[in-house]
Amino acid sequence: MYRTKFSDHLVLILGSLFLCMPVVVAFMTSTHTAADIHMNGLSLAWGDNFIATYEKVLTQKGGFTGDITGARMVMNSLILGIGFAAGKIVLSMMAAYAIVYFRFPMATLSFWVIFTTLLLPLEVRIMPSYEVMSNLGLLNSYTGLIVPLLASATGTFYFRQFFKSVPEELLEAARIDGAGPFKFFIDILVPISRTMIAAIFIIMFVYGWNQYLWPMMMTTDESFFTLMRGIKSILQVWVGSNIPDYNEAFALAVLAMLPPVAIVVIFQSWFIKGLTESDK
Amino acid sequence: MAYTTSQPQPGGFLSRLGYRGNARSKKTAVAAEEMKRVQFTSPVLPYLFLFPQLAVIFIFFYWPSVQAVSSSFYLEDPFGFGSTFVGLSNYTDVIFSSEYQSIALFTAVFTVLVTFLSLSLGLLLAVKADRVIRGASTYKTLLIAVYAIATPVSGLIGMMIFDQHVGPFVKMMSYFGWHMQVGLNYYDTAFAMTVVAVWKQIPYNFIFFLSGLQNVPVSVREAAMIDCRSGFRRFWTVILPLLAPTAFFLLTINVTYALFDTFGIIDVMVKDKPANNPVTLVYKVYADGFRGNDIGGSSAQSVILMIVVFVLTIFQFRFIERRVHYN
Repeated sequence: MYRTKFSDHLVLILGSLFLCMPVVVAFMTSTHTAADIHMNGLSLAWGDNFIATYEKVLTQKGGFTGDITGARMVMNSLILGIGFAAGKIVLSMMAAYAIVYFRFPMATLSFWVIFTTLLLPLEVRIMPSYEVMSNLGLLNSYTGLIVPLLASATGTFYFRQFFKSVPEELLEAARIDGAGPFKFFIDILVPISRTMIAAIFIIMFVYGWNQYLWPMMMTTDESFFTLMRGIKSILQVWVGSNIPDYNEAFALAVLAMLPPVAIVVIFQSWFIKGLTESDK
Repeated sequence: MAYTTSQPQPGGFLSRLGYRGNARSKKTAVAAEEMKRVQFTSPVLPYLFLFPQLAVIFIFFYWPSVQAVSSSFYLEDPFGFGSTFVGLSNYTDVIFSSEYQSIALFTAVFTVLVTFLSLSLGLLLAVKADRVIRGASTYKTLLIAVYAIATPVSGLIGMMIFDQHVGPFVKMMSYFGWHMQVGLNYYDTAFAMTVVAVWKQIPYNFIFFLSGLQNVPVSVREAAMIDCRSGFRRFWTVILPLLAPTAFFLLTINVTYALFDTFGIIDVMVKDKPANNPVTLVYKVYADGFRGNDIGGSSAQSVILMIVVFVLTIFQFRFIERRVHYN
């Protein structure tokens, strides 16, 4: 068998350092005071300002109009992440169910109509999307933040693949026992999709939480700001200030990356499974 | 996250070896292939199940896409007093502007660099992680951990690392006589952006390459071990071809990432001063449309990008799907 060489470990250690050090530096630096950072640069040591910085970032009202706290931004990010993930699962499971389990004339057409959305990322149609939203009066609302992001086929494809791999006998047996389409869906298909649902929920939550461009355009009212949007505005305040609040910016960054990183680390195996094995 | 049609699938061993089977007929029969032998028939129900998804897609995907195409042929008054049909002149204005050309060039170079570097580093780490036994799961966790960091956050962290006053990387480089001025010097900013973009994408490639490697059957590895003593040649002639489906899939994902998803990194790192800084085409669509209020020009750029994405997709279908058989 292959014998592990020292160089293998060296490459892996260097790689891990390259990937993780910036995050560690960001966290450690956020525990120092702004003046300290300004004088001594970024830091790898624990500072004594942890509680003060995070308390300030979470509770002090900031922004231009002064009615948004970090805690509020965390909540908005949660609403976006959870709302998006839940919406995505409901819509795409239903659509995939119709496509896989029903024989109807428009099946092929519907499949392609959904499929096409994979071709054009949101970034490309951003201006007209904004106009549509303002025509519908959905700017500065949770609906406007969440629902338009659901217009893509990723989830539908995951579930379509999964449903295709469900044994045929299940439906045959259910039909013999007299189960209709609703009963089969709710009582059989949804329960056996549990793991898949969990994996997709995690992936979609991270995706929703991490949205940047869309919330940036959709929300001008600060009470709807997410953490990502807050990062943008903290940078705008920076321009022209003498000693920028490095510590607060880092604290905000740490808050913004904590949930997704924690989720990926804790649910590692589900996450990887959901990403790489969409047909299992 | 993914705009492409195919996920690498563990599939059968033969498919990994490039077994093509009835690939061609399969492509034309996507819809037929997904049918189950037993299905429900109902005049209303399937439409009822499809309705929410289709409604959202029509309102928030097709409507804006059509609008983008149509407004690219109009010159819109910036104060909202109607618009005039100008034919293709938005397109010619965009394509022949030297600013657009230089941004397009930067985007191309940036995309190639980011794709190449993050793919090769991801592959290198995956190959090493696949080999080690001691500490394997620790390495894996460390290498995957930063996957979920959002692009603006990585841009922010990058900005600090490359900050002129406090950035450790800048301090280190000044010992070597390189006085970086990220945000002021075009090339320094481009360098910093590329590093951050690669950093953010390595874990994704790592995850897929590692799972691809772990799907290579032990029997194949052992056979290769007997046939070929040189580790490098074994990797090059046996393992790498087996990774081809994964690599091709990742190629498209990484190109779309570099083209579109890096927006957050770029927007944070140029700090609203795109004038003397490198930006990508997507950033320009946003900047012209939102800041410049040039709806027609911005829409024309959108349509050009749509065409780029279409070409990429067709490329993927024609050259990649044909050579590599999934499922």
